[in-house]
Amino acid sequence: MNDDKKQELITVYVDDREVRVPPGTNMIEAAAKAGIEVPHYCYHPKLSVAGNCRMCMVELGMPEKDRATGKPVLDNEGNQKVMWIPKPAIACATKAMPGIRIKTKSDLARSCQEGVMEFLLVNHPLDCPICDQAGECRLQEFATDYGRGYSRFVEEKNVKPKRTLLGPRVMLDDERCILCSRCVRFCQEIADDDVLGFVDRGSYTTLTCYPGKQLENNYSLNTVDICPVGALTSTDFRFKMRPWFLRETHSICTESSVGVNTVVSSREGKIHRITPRRNDEVNDTWMADSGRELYKQVEAKHRLLKAVVDSFETDNVGGAIREAADLLKGERKIAFVGSGRSSVEEQFLFKKLADQAGARLTALVGRVAEGDGLLISADRNPNVRGALVTGLINELPEAELSDLEDAIDKEEIDTVVAYNEDLSAAGISEQQLAKVTIIYVGTHFNETSARARVVLPASTVFEKNGSFINQQYRLQKFLQAVPGRAEGQDDRRILAGMLAEFGVLVSPEIDDVWAEMSETIETFRDIGFMKIPSTGLLLDPPSHLRDLRYPEGGSLHYEPAKEEASVT
Amino acid sequence: MSAKERRIILKNIDQHGYGNDIDTYLEHGGYEIWKKALQRKPEELREEVKRSGVRGRGGAGFPAGMKWSFLDFKSGKPVYLVCNADESEPGTFKDRQIIYKDPHQLIEGMLISAYAITAKLAFIYIRGEFPDGARILERAIEEARSKNFLGKDILGTGFSCEIHVHRGAGAYICGEETGLIESLEGKRPYPRIKPPYFPAALGLYMCPTIVNNVETLCNVKHIAEMGGEEYAKIGRPGNTGTRIWCVSGHVRKPGYYEFEGGALTLGELIYDICGGLHPGRKLKAVIPGGSSMKILRADERFKGTDREGNNFDFALEDLILDFDGIAVSGSLSGSGGIIVMDDTTDMVDALANVSAFYAHESCGQCTPCREGSLWLKKILHRMSHGQARLEDVDLLKSVADQIPGRTICALGEAAAWPVQSYVAKFRDEFIAKAENQAAGRTNGDGGISDRVQLV
Repeated sequence: MNDDKKQELITVYVDDREVRVPPGTNMIEAAAKAGIEVPHYCYHPKLSVAGNCRMCMVELGMPEKDRATGKPVLDNEGNQKVMWIPKPAIACATKAMPGIRIKTKSDLARSCQEGVMEFLLVNHPLDCPICDQAGECRLQEFATDYGRGYSRFVEEKNVKPKRTLLGPRVMLDDERCILCSRCVRFCQEIADDDVLGFVDRGSYTTLTCYPGKQLENNYSLNTVDICPVGALTSTDFRFKMRPWFLRETHSICTESSVGVNTVVSSREGKIHRITPRRNDEVNDTWMADSGRELYKQVEAKHRLLKAVVDSFETDNVGGAIREAADLLKGERKIAFVGSGRSSVEEQFLFKKLADQAGARLTALVGRVAEGDGLLISADRNPNVRGALVTGLINELPEAELSDLEDAIDKEEIDTVVAYNEDLSAAGISEQQLAKVTIIYVGTHFNETSARARVVLPASTVFEKNGSFINQQYRLQKFLQAVPGRAEGQDDRRILAGMLAEFGVLVSPEIDDVWAEMSETIETFRDIGFMKIPSTGLLLDPPSHLRDLRYPEGGSLHYEPAKEEASVT
Repeated sequence: MSAKERRIILKNIDQHGYGNDIDTYLEHGGYEIWKKALQRKPEELREEVKRSGVRGRGGAGFPAGMKWSFLDFKSGKPVYLVCNADESEPGTFKDRQIIYKDPHQLIEGMLISAYAITAKLAFIYIRGEFPDGARILERAIEEARSKNFLGKDILGTGFSCEIHVHRGAGAYICGEETGLIESLEGKRPYPRIKPPYFPAALGLYMCPTIVNNVETLCNVKHIAEMGGEEYAKIGRPGNTGTRIWCVSGHVRKPGYYEFEGGALTLGELIYDICGGLHPGRKLKAVIPGGSSMKILRADERFKGTDREGNNFDFALEDLILDFDGIAVSGSLSGSGGIIVMDDTTDMVDALANVSAFYAHESCGQCTPCREGSLWLKKILHRMSHGQARLEDVDLLKSVADQIPGRTICALGEAAAWPVQSYVAKFRDEFIAKAENQAAGRTNGDGGISDRVQLV
């Protein structure tokens, strides 16, 4: 199908509700568009159609046509006659054709749904009270809708392996498995790591890993997400929290410039898990396992929680901000090292501060590694493009700050403001660090913070609002999931506080920052934080930014521009 | 051979001195038809098969010519021919006679068919339990190759065709054509969903594929010989050609018999051809087409109106032996496996046996068959082991009703039809069993006293 061609929509009917869809849409999606849920287990919008759970069976009607002429047959009142097929059809494998009709609540459909529901439960352990999936289990949900409420099954249930470790992060309970094959298809079709499969047959069929292999690819936890029952659980999240207690916050994964959309689940200020959030333009419904671990940095041991001035911890963050600002005043030769992990708003304020302080050099620490072609791109900074758009930098960043090294060696720089970046990791030697005064704003202790005159504790991505610009130049926002742990304020307040010391009064409120950005930056014209939709906003960057040779190769929903493809 | 038999497929089989080597076959005029067929156009041969009206002998009885006409020749992909030799339906043993005793007839039929559908590669998917059959076919293929009846540039005509024998690993589901294709591709034999995976368009390796039964392919040879129209004169309209019936169970002369379509009745087959029942026994029931078909009770009467509008009223013995003749009973002639049961048969035990088979053979892909077939087996196992409950009779029916028509392949029907028909037709026996057992149990309330240990 050609995506460029705008497709004609056709009319189909779901429970007599008219709905217009592109031809070939499957009837589960068509029904969803009509606001009707067709229950299903094995169907997943981003995987191939298996048609094995049989839960989505519906009654199917075709518009009757004259065999000879091909003209529609009409009844006495001039309405299209419908030929109802006596056998039920699975909605997932039924493609929309003009005039096609399904009944999802007829006696036949209902009897199919109830029959399948009963069958799925006969060998299911029904251990919801100790099952992690309870509360977000499709089997539970549909059992409420289509179950009979009691069991007619008096025989012995099948016994299958329990607590099988499929890999380091995924635990399998085969008795709970309903053999929908979603995880198998995911491994084949998305992760390209065909390690899962079924052995034995009939009701004794068992999901298992290929002998001698493990489900250990970096996308293994997606199988847990798509498992409609409690068969696959995350070893990290298992037994930690009931899902109905969890508060869900929309966020963005900071692992790379793909900008995977996520949901951060927390309770009482503690994050329990990160799961992907569907965005058909960015990450579909997937995310890498590594990105799910990032919440652990919030409570990491080396987390910076208090301001430090001259090696003394202080509760007086305001005082520390003043100290830091004082270090930037007067005849100082200052360099500003920003971060591709900071939000657009922070980069904007950081740039403003650099201008006020008369910085001789501003830089960003680049992080380029091999991309996996799926959801981790080569650029491991989530927001280099933000720094470009806000003007913090004009060139793509390098991993080593060689300009800064030279400047320190030539004594052209004597003060460095490091924003959440470890200078020693960016190539600055110990001798060079010893020669400069350092102000460090950041979330965790490192070599640089240890040598800083002033350390200001900042917030992690989970503790603040903000936005990133991903590799597609898509502006995506993340929201605060948990209260900040650090004693200080969130990053915008720190930056606004320092600006105030220079006599520049800016509001740290995110809407106010955006008001100023949309006024001063052409790319952000007419955009406000509240106006960014949950699936992001595609920006139109100036041409000199488009022409830069970005390091990203192809990944899901992203192809680099042609001339960039030749660059490794 | 019985007077009424007309042996076309089985003509040489079991005749004195007829071996399964190529020399014997050539002495009996073997491969002459293949040589002639090579002189004709493939579409002519396809037309002959269509005109013959031959219906598939694997079980569904779908007209083979029509099946071939669905082939997607426009796709530009290679066309494959697959011979379904996974004869696994309980009560059926016709294909193995052909494979073991007259393999060259099958190979000749396949070559003609492959030529007709322009397939350069053909496979024989043979049941894992036929190891000797596979060896015999391998040898026969080598013999045919040595005479250049198959291989490259056959007999100088420029047509090349290769046949490979592929052994199954022992699964009934591999007889389902899309399951067979998956297995042939080296995967688990999970039947494919239809739509979209109709073999004639998206078959083996997603290429147009024809899967035909052994007997059907043998018939193609004879259609090519006598011409479609001539072949269509054998048997009744819509039931052309001969059919091999496999009779087993409580008859004196079980075996395989070949008749023209509609040449005799079920009664004649049982009493005349097969020598009737054992002394002192009475006929109780007949399964007309392999164990998955609906059972018929001996004293049933089948009334209705046929296609011509004539009323009929048949006793079991009057049923005419062919596809349509059996279909009036509400059951089907399936793969031609007729199982006869006399009055010593316990219907609960018989059904428990059948259900155990289908539970064992369910592939486990789709829910109704996977869970339903095992549930039925567990109930019936319990019933036949002294733990029947009165409510089990209705439960059996209710569970079985939730399976057919709702599964990916026909194994759903195969698992459910026996249960539905046994319970409907021998309900008294099921109830009596439950009542007797309940009375015999010590707790007296009819409940299950001790769980039966299920295997």
